[in-house]
Amino acid sequence: MNDILEKYAGIAGRDVVEHLRQLARPLKGLKFVHVNATRLGGGVAEILHKMVPLMRELGIETSWEVIGGEAEFYQCTKGFHNAIQGSPIDIPESLLKVYERTNEETAQKLEPVLKDADVVLIHDPQPAALIDHFPDRKGKWVWRCHIDVSRPFRPVWKYLRGFVSKYDASIFSLSDFAQPLPHPVYLIAPSIDPLHEKNVDIAPEEVLDVQNQFEIDPDRPMILQVSRYDRFKDPVGVIHAYKLAKKLIPPLQLVLAGGGASDDPEGEAVLNEVRLAAKDDPDIKVLLLPGDAHRTINALQRASDIVLQKSLKEGFGLTVTEAMWKNKPVIGGDTGGIRIQVVNHHTGFLVNTPQGAALRIRYLLHSPELMQEMSWKVKEFVRENFLITRHLREYLTLIYAMLHGQKERIVIG
Amino acid sequence: MAEDSPEVEPFAIKDCTLIALATAKRAQNLRELQEHLREIGTNSIYYHFWGGLLRPRFDNPEYHNDFAIWIAHSLHNKILAERLAILDPVEFESLEDLRNELIETINESLDETEFPIWAKRDDQFEFLGYQIVVFDTKTTVQEPVDFVNILPRISLGSIFYHFIDGRNRNPNAMDDFRNWLMGLDHRYTDLIRLIGEICPYFTPLKKLRQDLTDLFTNYFQSESVQQ
Repeated sequence: MNDILEKYAGIAGRDVVEHLRQLARPLKGLKFVHVNATRLGGGVAEILHKMVPLMRELGIETSWEVIGGEAEFYQCTKGFHNAIQGSPIDIPESLLKVYERTNEETAQKLEPVLKDADVVLIHDPQPAALIDHFPDRKGKWVWRCHIDVSRPFRPVWKYLRGFVSKYDASIFSLSDFAQPLPHPVYLIAPSIDPLHEKNVDIAPEEVLDVQNQFEIDPDRPMILQVSRYDRFKDPVGVIHAYKLAKKLIPPLQLVLAGGGASDDPEGEAVLNEVRLAAKDDPDIKVLLLPGDAHRTINALQRASDIVLQKSLKEGFGLTVTEAMWKNKPVIGGDTGGIRIQVVNHHTGFLVNTPQGAALRIRYLLHSPELMQEMSWKVKEFVRENFLITRHLREYLTLIYAMLHGQKERIVIG
Repeated sequence: MAEDSPEVEPFAIKDCTLIALATAKRAQNLRELQEHLREIGTNSIYYHFWGGLLRPRFDNPEYHNDFAIWIAHSLHNKILAERLAILDPVEFESLEDLRNELIETINESLDETEFPIWAKRDDQFEFLGYQIVVFDTKTTVQEPVDFVNILPRISLGSIFYHFIDGRNRNPNAMDDFRNWLMGLDHRYTDLIRLIGEICPYFTPLKKLRQDLTDLFTNYFQSESVQQ
């Protein structure tokens, strides 16, 4: 077995990797292209950094292309992102033209790769319009939506649907997010990579170094939220919850750790709001980390007692999965994919308000036996359900099903 | 295998997973649920009765099918949830019969309901379908006694495939274990009967694996004592 696959077998189980090999065997030599909007920042890029080499290791000729554009392109696609998640945003015609032009230019640039690909997997709305420029495409095109599209702002969704409905299949992370489309709609949860720097085991000394670096007292309880500075992640609500909890647990510390993504122009404004809410409290650390600070995030997650993901809207919430992989219970917003990961009293608690979060912080920090029990449950839960091996198995299944005709029963090996 | 037994293929252990597909059918109240139930494919009904066994969850659930779970938690109709939760799909000859029973039971509840209860918009019932992917584990069983050592090691997907999915593939809705044993000889009549007594529906897969392991172990221990 190849080295990389051997490593995954050691973590996820030999049978899991054997499934991948069986599924990949009839797909060997296939030309597969992923297209998304950024190589750095956000869960999609993180998954692709490991998914692509893993697919290559299995014999699938996989490449990863990125659509990029001027500031107005990102302004438009950020508008899509917010509108898809329900914000009533009218995107001016001029920005839509920039979006379409950027897709047209990218299509010209990527034509040699995309026109002969057997399978093209387009991630999120940014490159969704590429399909319009390949009327004679040879392969199957699949649109993968990583965003919560359960209640989209209709005019924007109607516009995007015009592109999406041309695909051969689409993938949503949760059934709540799936929209009616004229093709098979798969439900595939995203995943974390246990071999990624952000998730590998690290020495306690390294964790201590990071605590020292950010002046976090290792002898006092610490809660953490890792996410972009984005209003949907409610970082100000987390500070509110912390302040309420601190009245009951005075030694409590809070770390907010986030980075920017190159396709997120709103981050700075939200970061300023967070700094304003946190000011004067030396026990709140607001960290702006570079996109490649994976080991730092890993150490912060390991250093924390509880991880929060108090999102108001969430696609899936991979930071929840990452925290659970490090044996941490999670207090998460009752929304999106957090709902299928956070199971009350087993892996953490779902909350709807800062007050709810504060109560659960207090409850967990006063229940060491429950915390101990949760700490092994959460890791096994991730191992069984949310590792990249499961994610890839479902992608390969989808590809196999599309290339061999949609059947209820797919017999491999 | 007994000397006079007919030539029978070894038992090939398979593994499986389900991949879910959206149907774009959603219900926010009981009447919508019933209307969709009339037309939804049997693939979806199967998924909502059996698919939970392979999905992420912790507890032995209070209600065993997705319809009952949603009606209890989202419509807060515990009476109907209990009536639906007791439905055992194994007892129905076909999924169409199960569909009719579901519709009939919901009808009764609708007749008793003065005001329709609506679920929250983000808590609607989502009708899903599925595809099953079957893998070869490359493990085969030559003799029934070999199951004593093999069963504790096989995956929960294998248990699902052989003990639950097998009922869709074999004559008389028989699981794969009994179907294979019946092809051997008459020595295993008691074992076949005992396997048939294990309830596949109300038991989590881990417990099913343990129950089958215990059954095979006890059977062959007592057989060796008798010999």
